Amino acid sequence: MELIFNQGAAGRRGVRLPKCDVRPFTASDLPASLRRGAPAALPEVSELEAVRHYTLLSRLNMGVDTQFYPLGSCTMKYNPKINERMAALPGFANQHPLLSQLRKGGSLCQGSLEVLYETERMLSALMGFAATTLQPMAGANGELTSVMMFAAYHKARGDQRRTVMLIPDAAHGTNPASAAMAGFDCREIASNADGDVDLDALRAALGDDVAGIMLTCPNTLGFFDKNVEKVVELVHQAGGLAYCDGANFNAIVGRVRPGDLGFDAMHVNVHKTFSTPHGGGGPGAGPVGVSEKLVPFLPKSRVVKHADGSYSLAYDYPQSIGYIAPFYGNFGILLRTYTYLTMCGREGCKRISENAVLNANYIRARLAPYYEQKFTRYCMHECVLSARPQTRFGVHALDIAKALLDAGFHAPTIYFPLIIPEALMIEPTETESKEMLDRFCDAMIDIAKKAESDPEAIKRCPLTMPIGRLDEVSAARQPVLTARPCC
Amino acid sequence: MPFIANTDADRREMLAAIGCASLDQLWDKANVPAPTSDFSMLPSGRSEYEVAKHLTHLASKNATELVCFLGMGYYDHFVPAAVSEILGRSGFYTAYTPYQAEASQGTLQAIFEWQTAICRLTGMDVANASLYDGGTAVFEAMVMALRSTQRRHVVLASAVSPIFREMLKCYSANLDCRITTVPTDDERSNQDALLAAVDDDTACVIVQYPNAFGTIEDWTACVAAIKARGALAVCASYPTALAVVKTPGECGFDIVIGEGQPLGMPLSFGGPYLGYMCTTSKLMRKMPGRIAGQAKDASGRTGYVLTLQAREQHIRRAQAMSNICSNENLCALCALSYMTLMGKQGLIEVAELCMAKARYALDVLSSIRGVRRVGSQPFFNEFVLELPVDAAEVSGRMVEKGFAAGFPLGRYYPERQNQLLVSVTEKRTHEEIKGFANSLEAVLWS
Amino acid sequence: MKYYAETHEWIEVVDGIATMGISVYAAEELGDLTYVEMPAVGKAFAAGAVIGTVESVKAASDIFAPIGGTVSEVNDALADDPALLNQAPEGDGWICRLKDIKEDDLKKLLTAEQYQKTIAE
Repeated sequence: MELIFNQGAAGRRGVRLPKCDVRPFTASDLPASLRRGAPAALPEVSELEAVRHYTLLSRLNMGVDTQFYPLGSCTMKYNPKINERMAALPGFANQHPLLSQLRKGGSLCQGSLEVLYETERMLSALMGFAATTLQPMAGANGELTSVMMFAAYHKARGDQRRTVMLIPDAAHGTNPASAAMAGFDCREIASNADGDVDLDALRAALGDDVAGIMLTCPNTLGFFDKNVEKVVELVHQAGGLAYCDGANFNAIVGRVRPGDLGFDAMHVNVHKTFSTPHGGGGPGAGPVGVSEKLVPFLPKSRVVKHADGSYSLAYDYPQSIGYIAPFYGNFGILLRTYTYLTMCGREGCKRISENAVLNANYIRARLAPYYEQKFTRYCMHECVLSARPQTRFGVHALDIAKALLDAGFHAPTIYFPLIIPEALMIEPTETESKEMLDRFCDAMIDIAKKAESDPEAIKRCPLTMPIGRLDEVSAARQPVLTARPCC
Repeated sequence: MPFIANTDADRREMLAAIGCASLDQLWDKANVPAPTSDFSMLPSGRSEYEVAKHLTHLASKNATELVCFLGMGYYDHFVPAAVSEILGRSGFYTAYTPYQAEASQGTLQAIFEWQTAICRLTGMDVANASLYDGGTAVFEAMVMALRSTQRRHVVLASAVSPIFREMLKCYSANLDCRITTVPTDDERSNQDALLAAVDDDTACVIVQYPNAFGTIEDWTACVAAIKARGALAVCASYPTALAVVKTPGECGFDIVIGEGQPLGMPLSFGGPYLGYMCTTSKLMRKMPGRIAGQAKDASGRTGYVLTLQAREQHIRRAQAMSNICSNENLCALCALSYMTLMGKQGLIEVAELCMAKARYALDVLSSIRGVRRVGSQPFFNEFVLELPVDAAEVSGRMVEKGFAAGFPLGRYYPERQNQLLVSVTEKRTHEEIKGFANSLEAVLWS
Repeated sequence: MKYYAETHEWIEVVDGIATMGISVYAAEELGDLTYVEMPAVGKAFAAGAVIGTVESVKAASDIFAPIGGTVSEVNDALADDPALLNQAPEGDGWICRLKDIKEDDLKKLLTAEQYQKTIAE
């Protein structure tokens, strides 16, 4: 589509501003040395042109509201509309965050503080931890917060040797990247023949230089690691701490609490498990729950409830790692989380994981005859298949993904986890119906058959999308990252 | 339970298909330990109607009638209704990361347009798809400078927002670097002192423009001197101001970051907000975060893809430029649609209204007995007042009169106990400003 | 004479100046390369140290200095045309030149014949 910068006409306006009711002060009244040269070449369009442009752009995307979106590891469940309505309530949307920091300001924000306090309490209960911080602004930000607390914990004990973070080979790339940003060196742990952490490899890697382990539970292969409690125990015995990457919490919410498994910290992606919108890639939120021993290190500020039922913010935590977010986290997103959790309640949370796991296993069972399953075991909320059988005909996971787009489905996650060649990682979530799963499986089976009978047709896909496969190599060799000047 | 489609009959059929007699058996076969908790501490679920009523009640416990003169990096600007309508398009908000470019051209083109708009505003060459917020953007800029210069020292102006500086302290606690904070002089960043702090190991100098006290100052010569010593010049900036003031690009900065909330995002009690980051073509490949680029398909049609991904965590893992694996995509779209609707002329008018009203506010407030402005430098829409008494006490009393009177600086600068940072946006009227002055006078003197 | 490292770099010394790059095999394995991160001219590296990085759309791979030395020149043509890395990795797609080299380090490297044997395995 034509870029917005190439639409409209010189002098056209989208918005009228109030008349200046005080003595005017214009850019030309600024000292010349502080004045901008030429105006920024922003669009000059009418409101209708702007609205039409972005509405048309939005129609070029697949989204959960229009398509089945089984993107593995991303939990693309339905985003209830009431969430959006609540976040837009003026009482929540229009509050300046510094208001609560004014003297008597807390009394002006009791509604927001209650939302934060109650969300924290519910998340602690679901994760099985002593306390939760809502500050991290995304999942990766929550990972970093967790391992920064690990660093602070060891430092507070005067234990300076612990510089290594253990990370299984199936982990998301964010884990080693977060560990590195917290100053740790990473040591990789191999998976065993069942896709679980290899305990011998773990034992060999443990030592008094190990600060902890970052373990995704359920793991990125979509399995509940049979040894998870043993892994945590071994790490604890060696003096390390155990962090649970909660990217896959949707598989166990309302049934298993990672705190009960012995973990010391865990983040949860509220845009996955708790239905806040993915927004094309954020904003999300990544609250972190911690066990008793990490409570002193939680980020500031924290919301406290007083005997009279009122709430306030507290800052006096001398061992805290400090400020992860400018204020109290992504409040607008946490508010959607609270709305969803309040609707689900304890029974609802259990139904989420039950149905998510059932849906994934149903897909696994239907597709197993057509795609390779490296590990033949019951999965959790997602199933990882491989297009290796199709490579015999020259068809790869990427081609299958593109063929699915033509069939009217978003593609699964492909080529992850790295330890499965030609991976197709399918996560249906609990909000999809059996009929939709059947239609998707039928399409996957058709594609598998066609890969054999007419592989070239699969490799030409997609044909029905707004654009064909794009030349990513040229895009990276000679990057064009902004529109060329229009005039 | 709403939001789940399957009926008991569906579940029975599906369990049979996977060879399980019951859901409990499925859990067993998947090696999931039996629950040890009954979750009784969680409440029972409620209907949409009940939840909406409950939340509407909570929202009503928040005060929203206060006239807002609070700022400090987060501002009460007018947002056109069309912005939230655009964000509410399900193609945008129910999609995810554009991994499948063909099915995500809307998101990808919007990112490309956002990158273009923010570069044009800041006067820089390239931008990323966005970062979490202004504070993390400052940190990411610092890490980018450490990496690209292979040096370990950071010079930080104390006139950078204390909120950003607190976050920088937290995030850099475990990194191999040292930070020197250089104090402010007469509300200006002390440029000579900043330069004096630069040594052979200095990776970057981080300043804010307009600074945390609202001051605008010319950085051109200082930036050239910083660069002459092999360090990078990093600038945190208030985007609205850039419609009228000399751009960081014109000043020669290497990296420009900041808080994008003023570009159409509601204040929403602290987030979600928007970190933006721009740099020069030269440093493009050192920039963290997601980036969209132009590409062609086989039939020559123009489209957009995520590009330069070899910098990122999913490929480079521990060696990645950052651990960030998303962006604040909907917030960047918000800023883009805001900038589109305001347009070339509208954003200038917003900035001019801010400046005019702030000057009027300064006139009437500083004519109150015992109140004077601190400093004398040119400013954008924020200024510091010295009050005859403790500013925190005064702001508390002003709340009772219906005004969020500004931010008492003593909280972050202990030597500024009597000082109040006042911010004025285009939304404030002559009448509100007059009322603010009358109430302040009453609080101080009656 | 060209020598090869087990990490798939080649190096050739002429009049005390070594020219290095990635092997044809490496270029094929890595696929379409999009960028090479060059070392700074004047910087010294020990044998085995990371001297640069080559990137494709989906991967980034470190390049190691086959022998010790100081970077005297980098191939600027690669900045404009990274495709050279694929078209002529052992020719016009050379990456950098080293001076003040540790000639002794060459002894630990593979000859062309030995290298061909390792990649055939």
